Amino acid sequence: MTHLAQLAQELDQIFVLAAHWLLSYLPAALQPLCSAILSVAAIIIVFATLFALTTWLERKGLGRMQNRYGPNRVGPFGMLQPIADGVKSLTKEDIVPITADHAVHFLAPVLLVTASFMDYAVLPIGRNMVLVNLNAGVLFFFAIGSMMELAVFMAGWSSRSKYTLLGAMRAIAQMISYEVPLVLASIVVIMQAGSLSTVSIVNMQATYSGIWPHWFVFTPWGFAGFVLFMVAATAESNRSPFDLPEGESEIIAGYYTEYSGFKFALFFLGEYIGMFATSGMAITLFLGGWSAPFSFLTWVPSYVWFFAKLLAIISVFIWIRGTLPRLRMDQLMNLAWEFMLPMTLLNLLTAGIWHFMPAGSSRWLVCSTMVVVPCILLSRGLKHRKKFQVRTYHYSE
Amino acid sequence: MVGEGILKGMAETARNFFGSFVSKDRLTTVQYPEERELQIEAARDFPFLVYDGADWQQGMRCVACQICEKECPPKCIFIEKSKDKKPDANGKPQFYPAVFNIDISVCMSCQICVEVCPFDAIKMNVDYNLSTDDRFAGLLLNKQRLSKSNDYYRKIHPTEATAVDARLAEERARQKAKAKSAAEAKAAAEARLTTTAVQPASGEPR
Ligand code: SF4
Ligand code: SF4
Repeated sequence: MTHLAQLAQELDQIFVLAAHWLLSYLPAALQPLCSAILSVAAIIIVFATLFALTTWLERKGLGRMQNRYGPNRVGPFGMLQPIADGVKSLTKEDIVPITADHAVHFLAPVLLVTASFMDYAVLPIGRNMVLVNLNAGVLFFFAIGSMMELAVFMAGWSSRSKYTLLGAMRAIAQMISYEVPLVLASIVVIMQAGSLSTVSIVNMQATYSGIWPHWFVFTPWGFAGFVLFMVAATAESNRSPFDLPEGESEIIAGYYTEYSGFKFALFFLGEYIGMFATSGMAITLFLGGWSAPFSFLTWVPSYVWFFAKLLAIISVFIWIRGTLPRLRMDQLMNLAWEFMLPMTLLNLLTAGIWHFMPAGSSRWLVCSTMVVVPCILLSRGLKHRKKFQVRTYHYSE
Repeated sequence: MVGEGILKGMAETARNFFGSFVSKDRLTTVQYPEERELQIEAARDFPFLVYDGADWQQGMRCVACQICEKECPPKCIFIEKSKDKKPDANGKPQFYPAVFNIDISVCMSCQICVEVCPFDAIKMNVDYNLSTDDRFAGLLLNKQRLSKSNDYYRKIHPTEATAVDARLAEERARQKAKAKSAAEAKAAAEARLTTTAVQPASGEPR
């Protein structure tokens, strides 16, 4: 039994041990640098592969939801489609508009990809598997996340086209509006954990009472926070139904209209990597990071759980994309400011009350009511103010 | 409540997702190169030239009257009329197109050429496997590539072809009858001519 436990532990730490073993051959002075390079390379390779896998999964999944086959020509089940896409985007002509600001036009996709990869620095993807254990990890994450807005606006502005500019404006409006509920939704966790470090937040959740884990999602405020966080994360990563910045039907492809070839692929990559990062953050904050869902499953390596959860969230993203139509700009803004913001603020209060009430069913009752009732009332309010009227255009008169 | 409709929609997409693995009927996609849909009779894409009999050059119905060339809205037909005449399927000497090209990259499948042709020589095809890696020569169909037998026409548009065949047969019968009556009339006239020619000769008073 102990032998098995030992084996499980070694399997869990296999990558950490392998890195240590590799580094032990280097002189001590070089070790910190090489360790960083090794981890960064691993992160880039793993998540770029996940990106390739996701594009395939997404096309297959969406296809099935629309009763189509999806890609099925390249390789078995079309699995080599991402490679074909990569070759295609590499061999395509890279077109830059004459009037574009060339330097900024070039830098925008680079910045986007860099920023989205930097998010992973603080994500613990397994036990002892985090690049840097910052004591302000969550803060760092959101700070880097807002760099993506800069990249998007650089792309929209430098292309000098009305569609890219409109797309960038929309993107900025949307991302800033949703950053507020995103951060507010995660504050409840920070309140409860008393720490901004992602590692200690996960460690706190990786304990069990009976077979049940102490994930924050299994509390009323945690559940509400998780849902709000995921909605805001969808909007942050410009995914359907919040994909207004690239609304094909009205503004071609939004801020990356003027990008082609590999730069376009970089945008694509950046968006997906950003989406994985926010999903990873949601996992870290609410779903117990790399911890197993039941105490008797702890022998499965921790990184397996992290990626299983990540894939589950990605599937939900794809599912949502296959279901919902795109929102209108005013609906998007109303949702952010009139529903998400009050809900997140109330959720903060709920978390506080939860913290100070004695453990037991009474605090469950109080806190659940505090989440459910405002949610119903707010959504009622949103519904009833809908009014239909003949549209008048002031400028045409 | 917010989310009710979302959940309903998600249930629907989930049903589609799993249903498409279970029942083949849901998947309407035709896997093109391996599977093909049966051609619909009323389909049409680009024109072709009909010939009678076995030899496409001999049986070509087109007489190079160039009406279609003039009527084609985007001007994608190019015809060069022959200098000599060749017997057509009925044995009647006719002009024929020395060159007959249609640029199907320009053709808009309007079928006007078919409507105006007085000889039922040009009809609409249904073949859509026209992709080519040569976008100039590959899409400029010449006389030979345009020629298709009447049997082929009967196969792709049975109803229409039967009507055309009946009309042509009637026309031919009428022409034959006319030729026959003309020949008879001619013979009669000749006979009369000989008698009348003989009469004055015989009955010359002076
Ligand atoms: S296809 Fe018909 S209309 Fe055109 S040249 Fe030939 S006979 Fe005339
Ligand atoms: S179908 Fe219309 S466009 Fe095409 S060749 Fe005939 S007349 Fe011209």
